[in-house]
Amino acid sequence: MLRIKNLSVYYGYVHAIKDISLEVKEGELLVILGANGAGKSTLLGTAAGLIKPAAGEILFNNKAVTGQTSEQIVSKGISLIPEKREIFTTLTVLDNLLLGAFHRYRKNKEGLKNDIKEILGIFPALKGRERDLAGSLSGGLQQMLAIGRGLMSRPALLLLDEPSVGLAPLIVQEIMAILVNLKKTGVTIVLVEQNTKSALKVADSVLVMERGGITHRGSPLEITANSSIQEAYLGRARS
Amino acid sequence: MGEQLLQLLFSGLTVGSIYSLMGLSIVSLFNITGILNLAQGEFVVIGALIAVSLCSIGMPMIVVFPVSILLAALLGGLIERLTINRARGASNLNMLIITIGISISLRGLALLIWGTDTYSLPAFTKGGPLFLGGAALNPQSIWIFALAVVNFAGMYLFFEHTYWGKAVKASVNNRTGARLQGINPHTISLLAFVTAGGLGAAAGVSIGPITMVTYDMGFMLGVKGFVAAAIGGLSNVSGAVIGGLFLGILEAFSSGLISSSLKDAISIIILILVLLFRPEGIIGAKRERKI
Repeated sequence: MLRIKNLSVYYGYVHAIKDISLEVKEGELLVILGANGAGKSTLLGTAAGLIKPAAGEILFNNKAVTGQTSEQIVSKGISLIPEKREIFTTLTVLDNLLLGAFHRYRKNKEGLKNDIKEILGIFPALKGRERDLAGSLSGGLQQMLAIGRGLMSRPALLLLDEPSVGLAPLIVQEIMAILVNLKKTGVTIVLVEQNTKSALKVADSVLVMERGGITHRGSPLEITANSSIQEAYLGRARS
Repeated sequence: MGEQLLQLLFSGLTVGSIYSLMGLSIVSLFNITGILNLAQGEFVVIGALIAVSLCSIGMPMIVVFPVSILLAALLGGLIERLTINRARGASNLNMLIITIGISISLRGLALLIWGTDTYSLPAFTKGGPLFLGGAALNPQSIWIFALAVVNFAGMYLFFEHTYWGKAVKASVNNRTGARLQGINPHTISLLAFVTAGGLGAAAGVSIGPITMVTYDMGFMLGVKGFVAAAIGGLSNVSGAVIGGLFLGILEAFSSGLISSSLKDAISIIILILVLLFRPEGIIGAKRERKI
């Protein structure tokens, strides 16, 4: 579904992504692990069109989307939920959700009401809060809103950047369970996480990044069996 | 004395409505793009001068009004594409300097095309003034006041009750978030300048019958609009309307009761006082709400 070939991204003179190639299969839940500064968020931002790559190619459903703007990319079926959530704090929850469908609004105005119902079904905690300003929600609800808004675009590929940041463990569990359910509905998911244990429980495959490059790729079992990864990301000492 | 005060109030409301229109345009553009457009007064002048030319070839006012708005709106869009859009990512100060450049360029263009003559525009409706409580009220003043009300109501309806209005608000609130939903901030910026051009022309064609039109009248109008916007806190639409009316009434009363030479000084003094003691605007800052 998503193929990245020899991607390089620079921030000025800093080589943030170094010649990365990877593939995400349809229906897969890929977890990307890595320390701060490994290039995980940059990779997602580039795939979503927020950052222009210096070199390489990004193919989505075998069509090149390299260098396209995020406005163009979301209409092709890729939705990014960024780490900072980027919700519209001065608008209501309902308006946030409605705007998530911006690129398809003209084609299906009436269908949006049903889509909102569907999203509120996925995130029942948002029910009854539709008229509240998004900025007044708790961190957990804001995260649910951010994911719900992303789903309103009806993406085939959902890119999630550290959805567990700053959230209570129970909320993290809830969000992970929702991601598993979403995967069952056919949505392909790429999840960047520092909450390694939670992420490994839901992952189909795992990719580890370090200093702008990919160091490991494998199944959750293979990754957890790797002693160096265990030491670096799972907090277990090398035996 | 009562009649004189009422007359001054009518004059103040007329002038204040003009300032409100200017303030509305400045605040809307500022809220949407973050750019303080010091060229807004020139849009008023260009709109009015286009109307002068159209009237001179015999077009009726009912056609002149929308055509002038359309042409000025196109000019607004063209300017955005040629200047603001090319400088995207520049600092607010650079953008401010660009709008000053636009203002000087448009004034020069107006001078080249229309010269230094003073032009008049026909009133929207014929007939003499209405007399209320012994004071005369020019029918054109009612049109200007109505235009300010319609503009205000139109903006409220657009931002609060339309999907596109909410998309604009979203783009103002969180540019990255908006881009990720497919909302193109460059399109929003273009629309904002098209609207500013159109609103400016609407104001220009409406006030032309009362103030007459010269190529260089835009600067002071822009300053008055800026003062109206500053009184309201720069980002508050209703504040700009109230600020404009307040400024107009104050100018009228100070001109009528003290000296007309105070007229322009008053607005500058108010601007300085607001910036010094109440930079968030006179209208309650806590109730301030961005659009």
